[in-house]
Formats: sequence, structure tokens, C-alpha cells
Amino acid sequence: MLDCTPKEMLERKSGGLINPAKTCQPIGAMYAALGIHNCLPHSHGSQGCCSFHRMHLTRHFRDPIMASTSSFTEGTSVFGGVANLKAAIKNVFDIYGPDVIAVHTTCLSETIGDDIPSTIKAAEIPPGKVVIHANTPSYQGSHVTGFSNMTKAMVSYLAETAGGVKKDQVNIVPGFVNPGDMREIKRLVKAMGISFILFPDTSGVVDSPMTGEFAMYPRGGTTIEQLKDTGNSKLTVALGRFASSEAAELLSSKCKVTAVALKTPIGIKATDAFLMALRGTFAAEIPYELEEERGQLVDIMTDTHFHFHGKRVAIFGDPDIVTGLTEYVLSLGMIPVHVLTGTPGGAIGSGMGSFEEDIQQMLAEAKLSANVKAGGDLFLLHQWIKNQPVDLLIGNTYGKYIARAEDIPFIRVGFPVLDRSVHSYLPIVGYRGAMRLIEMISGALLDRADRDAKDEDFELVM
Amino acid sequence: MAFTEQQLEEMLSQYSPKVQKNRKKHMFVRDTSLEHQQIEANTRTIPGVITNRGCAFAGCKGVVLGPLKDMVHIVHGPVGCAFYTWGARRNKAKSEDPTQNFMNYCFSTDMQESDIVFGGEKKLAKVIDEVVEIFKPHAITVSATCPVGLIGDDINAVAKAAEERHGIPIMAFSCEGYKGVSQSAGHHIANNILMDRVIGAGDLEKAPGKFPINMLGEYNIGGDSWEIERVLKEIGYTIVSVMTGDGSYEELKNAHVAELNLVQCHRSINYIAEMLETKYGTPWLKVNFIGIQSTIESLRNMALYFNDPGLLQRTEEVIAREAAKAEKGLEQYRKICEGKTAFCFVGGSRGHHYQGLFAELGIETVLAGYEFAHRDDYEGRQVIPDIKLDADTKNIPELHVKQDERRFCLKLTPEKMAELKAKIPLSYYAGMSVEMKDGTVIVDDLNHFETELFIKLLQPDIFASGIKDKYVVQKMGIPAKQLHSYDYSGPYAGFGGAVNFARDVSMAFASPTWNFIVPPWKDQPLLNGAVNSEGVA
Repeated sequence: MLDCTPKEMLERKSGGLINPAKTCQPIGAMYAALGIHNCLPHSHGSQGCCSFHRMHLTRHFRDPIMASTSSFTEGTSVFGGVANLKAAIKNVFDIYGPDVIAVHTTCLSETIGDDIPSTIKAAEIPPGKVVIHANTPSYQGSHVTGFSNMTKAMVSYLAETAGGVKKDQVNIVPGFVNPGDMREIKRLVKAMGISFILFPDTSGVVDSPMTGEFAMYPRGGTTIEQLKDTGNSKLTVALGRFASSEAAELLSSKCKVTAVALKTPIGIKATDAFLMALRGTFAAEIPYELEEERGQLVDIMTDTHFHFHGKRVAIFGDPDIVTGLTEYVLSLGMIPVHVLTGTPGGAIGSGMGSFEEDIQQMLAEAKLSANVKAGGDLFLLHQWIKNQPVDLLIGNTYGKYIARAEDIPFIRVGFPVLDRSVHSYLPIVGYRGAMRLIEMISGALLDRADRDAKDEDFELVM
Repeated sequence: MAFTEQQLEEMLSQYSPKVQKNRKKHMFVRDTSLEHQQIEANTRTIPGVITNRGCAFAGCKGVVLGPLKDMVHIVHGPVGCAFYTWGARRNKAKSEDPTQNFMNYCFSTDMQESDIVFGGEKKLAKVIDEVVEIFKPHAITVSATCPVGLIGDDINAVAKAAEERHGIPIMAFSCEGYKGVSQSAGHHIANNILMDRVIGAGDLEKAPGKFPINMLGEYNIGGDSWEIERVLKEIGYTIVSVMTGDGSYEELKNAHVAELNLVQCHRSINYIAEMLETKYGTPWLKVNFIGIQSTIESLRNMALYFNDPGLLQRTEEVIAREAAKAEKGLEQYRKICEGKTAFCFVGGSRGHHYQGLFAELGIETVLAGYEFAHRDDYEGRQVIPDIKLDADTKNIPELHVKQDERRFCLKLTPEKMAELKAKIPLSYYAGMSVEMKDGTVIVDDLNHFETELFIKLLQPDIFASGIKDKYVVQKMGIPAKQLHSYDYSGPYAGFGGAVNFARDVSMAFASPTWNFIVPPWKDQPLLNGAVNSEGVA
């Protein structure tokens, strides 16, 4: 497996990627758009992109992923895609009747420079229906950037403010996480007794139940009314700076809603920070239910610390998730040795901060050092691992090649996970998610210990 | 239950007039009393209609080039196109030399905004240099993606210069996603360059064994090709190359020494098949190794072509043994499948190939179609002269090959060729439609709207298609079988494959899961009391 990857590292300067740890913007935008109720995502480009994005999301969620496309041809590519987009908008409303079409772009329409806003203005849109758009050039950032851009579009097109006193409610932008995580975030806020709007919200859309009938637009998704009302909230909590900050900042400048950016609430510290932020603004007590959960988590961490303490771990994936995971494994007493994201990190002026600096700071606080890289790829990660081996690999499905090549215990966290099921239904966020992660980490390490033990060392109780 | 043209009209009337007019031409109800039924195919997709189609890049890099294991396939573009064609198609490969097997790798120039603005040629050249330095591959392909054509990167020039620098073949494929109207354009682009640059580049003048053949348009999904090869080798054939499942640059360059080319997927590889015949005089035979009867027929046709007594005898021996074994394997599954109906909507060849296998299980195909096939795949190759190229496909280059002065040799006399053509599909394909029964529906570029309506009208027991509609259909309580990825199973080809397919389809029917869809409280009243017939409280 991966026998062509040498241990000896050659400095690569071309800027090309070998085994990427990211993909392109539109898939993130498509996912975000699915988090709007009665919305059909639309890909403005040639149809290959749309098929690829639907395919990959479908494989991750094992659920229908609906989206339409402008289906560019060579002529369109030369003369512009305006006519295709207009035709698509008409056909989509005629045939599929969504309340919203959320248009995103591809490298094709971005390179041409199609003017989407004026095309939307000139399109036939039935009364009461909406078309929104985000520019999502595939040659900038990653799929996380695309998620961020579409979430921002929800604010720029829809958020409204009545002015005056803000409602006692919180907006939460959950970031590029699974519907299971979105459900868990909502449960935490509900337990706090605080009114909230979560957007986008793909729970009930990409984890829809089997009923014997196909629903083109399932029950889930943030409604247009809710999206409009985000302008009237007191606070926006952006969970995960790469995926969520920009929408929160836009909402702050557009509708004067205070924005706070937090880590994706993975692990105990980030979950504490999330609840404390809500408590601070809304003067809501943390209910016993959540205090009990937290105490259970600390109990488990204490009971099992010897399963994972001091184990060396490599983590890769999307920056918000990797940041959360790194903080959490540190709080478990593990040693992150390699930390990598494919998403380029923290451009100046983006308000995103630097992925590498964030991770290095956490490591410094723990008096550790590690290989840390934004904009890296899995070829680099594999070479790092060949030179400095680890006890555990955490990342998306593509890590399975490295895990097999180097015989490393591997747990699948993040996007995409194409070779296991159920993962998208269960959270990794919150105290409950943290428990699940311990179960995964301990399980992987103890399974390996069982596999490798001599008969006389094979333990019944561990 | 036969479907009628009238029902078709009613269904289409839900479209706007413009869309209705267009879509009507892409479907018909089979009527064997008509001499010929024409379909419109290989035309542009209607924007917004929710098609299942992909693009030329997918057809070129994803389908034809990707399986060639000993070449590094560099995708010149932003990261997505490379990422989505990394391991997503199950074209299996194994290698004697694992350091020259790049199947689990993904190479992208990861174009950034500055590359779009200032051009990406320099970056591409650097990526090629790095790849050569690290991996030392035998050959490299470079595939273009959408923006490459627009910004005017000359990938041919970059490849040529790199080829001179490194002394290995480096081939550029201008398969920008917007070319043509579907994956099909990409097949054609890939065929042209493989023919021009690879096939015939080897030094072999004579095949290394008896009855040398190439297998064309077989991508070894789930090990299909290996199952076919197992039987062919047992009969005594020498397999020179497979295009391109588990294929390699090293094999492909000597493909000219074969004496017969088998064509499994007509759509994707008929260009090379034709060009091989023109250039080297090697005829091609349309085969179908899906289903027991089709496999038997294909094997017999091959034997007839070589017409060697020993080969004919071994063919029958292997058929007798393998068919008996497979028949025995199928028996238990027929009980589950008998009397059921299927939809069979797949890319450009399986929509036809699997109908026979379904029939062997007792399942009737009531609707079939292709995403991106051309009229000849529906109606037969005799319609090719009537096919007018429209504006969208005119720009796909045609490669015109000539007889190779040194290597051309007629493998059969013209008389023998004519005699065989009357018996077997030699350099001919009759298409899907002719084999379909009255009242069945044939649809080109089936979209989501039509999928839902046809399911309501025809109520199939199983829906054979791809990943994008699999879960749509399952939500309706109907089993869905992926005929692109085989739902991660396989092989489905050949004798052994038929049994695997029967097992998987039966499992889809027999799974207890379908019994749980309706919760008990939806079936039973809330209050469940007996009526007191005595009238006593």
C-alpha cells in the first residue's frame, strides 16, 4: 500500500498536491444550502462538478443529495452562462418547486466572470420564491471556504433587522459538521432554555428517516423566516472560525448582532467555552442535566486515562475540526505529533487567524512541539509518519491508505467518511460527543493491544 | 404490464412546452411492429433538470485513463476534479512492482487564483518535474479541467517540453469538463491520444502466445476483468492488453500485436476499436460478458473467429463446466427473483448488458436507458452515417489513422470476413433497443423528475442505477442496486460474476428491512377495545 511513497523527504516547491487533504469550494456550499428548508442547491458550471459533489455527499451521508446544475457546454463557456442560469432557474421552479434556489459557482463560471446577481434579477422567479447566491471559486481555499461563503450568502440575502431592542435569542452557526453534531448543539442550547436559530441546519435533511416515501425537501433545514429573523438576535455564536466567522461578522455589520467566534465544541474545554458564552450573554444557568453530563465525561476521562495517556497521535482534516480535536487530545494527555489540514490557513485580513499559530500555541501551553501545517497534503503526512511514527491516526476515510501502509490504529472523524456508516448521526461535539470520541480512541487502541498481545499477555479486563 | 405512448405523453405534459418538446425525443415505448424506432441522444443537457450526467474530464481521466496503473495521472486544475476521481471508481489493479502502481494516489496542480490570472503552465511543469523526481514513472498523463481551456494554458507544449527533459512519454489530454455534453466526449479524447501516442509504441511484432486478443472497454470494476480473463486463459487465449482495467502503459503499447479485439463497452472504446482495424487490420468483436448466456455466446463467437478445432473444443469444455456450476449457483436465487421487474439506467453500456442477466434470474427489465450513449448504442451502428454532429460535439477532435505500412495485415480474407459478419457481431453492434420487448420504455438522460414519475407508473421491484439516485429510490421502499460501483461487491462479469450478482440482488429483495418501514402505530388504531355485543357496560 502506497509503496511509492519514500521515507526520505524532498522539499516540494511546485505547489501541487499529492493525495489532497481538502477538496474544492462548491461541495461545501452545496452542503450549506441543504441546511435551508425547501431549498435546492444549484451549481452554476458544467455538470461534472454537480455530479461529483452530489456523489461525494451522498456517499458520506448515505442519503439523497439533491442539486441542479447549469450544465455548461463549450459555447456557454465562451459566451457566458447567463442564459443557462436563467433557463435553469425557470426549469427548477417549474419542475421541482423549491422555496429557495441557492446558487453557487465553480472554477468555470468564476473564470468566465458570470455576473450572478444581475442574472438573478433578470430571471423569472415566481412570487414568494427566492434565489440567493454565493461565489465559490474552486481555486481559492477549500470546501470549508465554500461552506463559509454560502452561509454568508444566507446573511447577505436574507437577514433583516427590525431595529431597536434585540430579541432574547442566539444565532448559532455550527460550521461544517455532521447533522448529528447540529442536533447535539441544538440539544445543548435547548437544555439551557435559550431561544435560538441554528443556520445552516442539515439535521432532518441529510439524515432523513425511511418512511416509504421520498421527500425531495425533507422536514429539516433552517426556514426562510428564521434566516430573516437572525438579524434580530442578540448574539451570534460562530462555531469554528474557518466555516462560521465570516457569516457572523457580516451579520454584525449588517444587522448589529454581536458576534463571538469559538472553537467547534469538540472536547471538554471547547464545550465549556460554548456554554459559558451562552451563560454570559443570556444569564442562563447551566442546568443540572448538562453539569451531570460534564461530570460523567470527566469521570470517564479519569477512569480510562491510562488507555491513551502519552500515546502519539497524528490528526488531519478540516481546520476547525482538527483544532478542536487537537485541543481535546491534549486534554486527554495524548501527544499530537503531526497536525495537518489541507485548507490553506488564515489569509491576512480574512479574520480567520492562523491555523498553524493556533495549534502551535496549544502545543506550547502543553510544552510540546509537533509538525503542524496548513495547506498540506496526505503525502506529506505519510512521510512525516514514516519518519516519526505514531500510535493513532485520526482523520477522514482517505487516511485508511496510510493506516494500512504503516499499520496504525485509525479512527474516522470528519469529512468525508465514505467507508463506514452511522458516523453522521452521532455527535463528536459537546460532552456526549467527547464521550463518543473516547470510546472510539480507546476502542482503536485496545483492539490493537488485543490483536498484538501474546496469548499469555492477552487480558480479559482492560 | 405494457406501457403506452399515451401514458408517456400524459407524463410529459407536466413539463413546460419547451422542455416537453425536448424530452419527448429522448424516449419511446418499444414497439416491435415498427421497422425502426429513433431516439435523440448525445445532445446537451437541459439546465436545471437534475441530470445524472458527469463531464468530459470524468469520461477521460476518471474512466479511461485512471485505471492505467503504472502511469502518474496529473490533473491540471483546482483540487476538486482530482479529489473526486481518487479511488471513487472501483477499477481494481494489482502489480508485480508495487513501486510502479499509482492506483492509490491522487495528483493535482491545485491551481490557485494566481494561476488563473497569470496562467498555470509553469506550475504544471514544476509538478511534472517533482513527480518524475519522486516517483520515476514509466509515463505521465496530464488532464485538463474547466478553467485550463479558458485561460489558455498550453498543456501540450508543457507536456512536450517535459517529455524532452525527462525522456519519458508525457501526454496531454484536453478534456475540459465543458467539452461535449457528457462523459462521452472524454472517452473520445482519451481514445484519440492513447491511439496516437501509446498503442503501437511497443517493439513487439508478434504476440507472445496463441490466439492473442485485446479486451477493450473493460475497466475491471470489482474484478470483472479478472473473472473474464480467468476463463479466457483457461480456454487458451493470450491476453495482450486490457483497455484499461488493471491495464498498464507497458501492456498497452504492444496492443497492436493482437489478432482480435473484444469490445465490451462499445461507447467508451469503439473509437480505438475502429482505428485498430484501420491501422493494423485487426477486426473487433462485440462481446458481452454479463450474464451466463451472453458469456457463452461471446465465447462461441470468439472461437468461431479463430476457427481452431482445439480452441473450439476447449471453449465447449470450459462452457459446459462453468455454466453448469453457475447454473447451480443461480438456482437458489431464482426463487427469490422470479417474476419481478427492474429499471436499468446506467452510463453508456450496462443499461443494455445487464438485461440478459436480469432475465436469467426471472426479472424483466421494463425501463432502460443511458446517461450519455449515442444513437448507435440504442439503435445499432448502421445509423452512424445518419447521425448529425451538433454544435456541442463538433469540437471534439476526430483522429484519422491510416494503414500502418509495416504492420498492417488483414487477419481474415474479405470473403471469410463477410461470412463471419453474417454470423457474429464482427465490427458491429446492434444496440440496446432491438432486444427490448414491446411496451418497455427506453429513456435517454433520465432525470430526477422522470425517475419519480416512471417509478410511480411502472412500480419496478428493483432500480439498477448509480449512487446519486440509490437512496432516493430506497426511501420509496424499493431496492436499489448500483450498477456502476456494484455496491462495493463484485465481480459481476463472467460465470462467477453472475452468481455474485444473483446473490446481491436476492439479498436486496430478501432483506428484512423492508418490513420495518411502517411503524406499528401507523397500522393499528390508538384505542383497541372489543365491541360489547351484549350491550352491557
